[in-house]
Amino acid sequence: MSATAGDLQTTALHADHVRLGAKLVDFHGWEMPLYYRGIIEEHQAVRDHVGIFDISHMGQVLLSGAGAVVTLQQLVTIDVAKLQDGQAGYALLLNHEGGIRDDIIVYRLTAERWLIIINCGNREQDVAWLQSHLAPRATLAHVSAGRSIVAVQGPRAAEVIRELAGETAAGVGRFRIRVLPGRQEGWLSRTGYTGSDGYEFFVRDADAVELWRKALDADYRVQPAGLGARDTLRLEACYRLYGNDMDETTTPFEAGLGWVVDLTKPDFIGKTAIVQRQEPARRLVAFELSDAAIPRSGYAISLSGRPLGAVTSGSFSPALRKGIGLGYVPSAAATPGTEVEVEIRGRRHAAVIVKGPFYRQ
Amino acid sequence: MNIPADLRYTKSHEWARREADQKSVVVGITEHAQEELKDVVFVELPPVGKAVKAGEAVAVVESVKAAFDIYAPVSGTIAAVNTQLERQPQLVNQDSYGQGWFFKITPSQSKEWEQLMSSGDYTKALQVST
Repeated sequence: MSATAGDLQTTALHADHVRLGAKLVDFHGWEMPLYYRGIIEEHQAVRDHVGIFDISHMGQVLLSGAGAVVTLQQLVTIDVAKLQDGQAGYALLLNHEGGIRDDIIVYRLTAERWLIIINCGNREQDVAWLQSHLAPRATLAHVSAGRSIVAVQGPRAAEVIRELAGETAAGVGRFRIRVLPGRQEGWLSRTGYTGSDGYEFFVRDADAVELWRKALDADYRVQPAGLGARDTLRLEACYRLYGNDMDETTTPFEAGLGWVVDLTKPDFIGKTAIVQRQEPARRLVAFELSDAAIPRSGYAISLSGRPLGAVTSGSFSPALRKGIGLGYVPSAAATPGTEVEVEIRGRRHAAVIVKGPFYRQ
Repeated sequence: MNIPADLRYTKSHEWARREADQKSVVVGITEHAQEELKDVVFVELPPVGKAVKAGEAVAVVESVKAAFDIYAPVSGTIAAVNTQLERQPQLVNQDSYGQGWFFKITPSQSKEWEQLMSSGDYTKALQVST
């Protein structure tokens, strides 16, 4: 990524998106595809076959040196010492009060080299935060400039990856990463944000463009998919979206991310604060609408007319053909099966809290 | 872009058709509007008999991404609604000038009709905005 369109930043694949007729939108200062053919069609392509996403707006950081593990241990909520070479971990960066600064994926390339993927909207803050907490003998490089991320997602993704990167690369295991043969500073992981099987390429811009075109040109029926489908797919999988479902004012336990927190590991930033907050007063829940309506972020959630909280993510679920969402309610009302209401344009619509996810492959 | 010459239009991308008996006005959204919306998944229609004013939001169309208001092109009373859209909201995308109609209004002020845009004016307005 590098260039700018007006005031917006663009990725190395911007010209390809334009050529494909993408509807482009401003996403955190980036001009990105919302959809190419339509959100539902792209969503369905990922669930049934294969979709390809340009997610180069996300940040790529390399943490290196003998002090890399020590650095991560004091910053993230998981015990990275448990990760082997080539293994990935979903983790949180907390502030000193236990609020979530970001949710990230750390990939252990080697004990002394880690690839960290950070959210688009948090790039600068995260890099500054990591930089200011480097342990001795650790170095940080924000390598996003000149690099891209391409996600290939769907039940048939492995077949496409075999063609693009070879049999060995396609065999990379769930939540693992390996060096991409024949590409400088290129990696391929078995991760994603869709709830379907899939891969992510972390490569230089030129390689991303080549892989993207190869995937689309060949006869694999790969559907380019935009941020619209990415959002409905992740919501069906109940994956949280930073900035919507969590931020610096929410703790991991409130956000239902207690499983990402290892309180048995040595001290890390935010640990002291959250140890006392393991039984939060409010919790993020998944819910579905009982009648034909779609919840949207900011809508009020109530119980018998009494306000409970608000929707943080909401959309139409192509899998369930109904409105689904995530939102915060008092812990006492967070039990699956609880009937609540979502206020939509002045009318209260019946909804029920469910365990989630809405979709499982 | 299909902009039928026999319809009238609003800036907010509704079309209006006066029925042969002149008693009611059928309202829907234009091809341009349905293309912008994409993926219509729900439609919320007004109750029959409701009095509406020109420019008032009287129906809602939900796409996957967002909700949009549909405005009454003329004042009057809601005479009928297209209940088929409750089961098949995709008709808005598939046949925006036909089976994708939203509601019919019995107009109360005939001069409002004359203030609606012709197909030529609407075509020009689209060219300016896009």
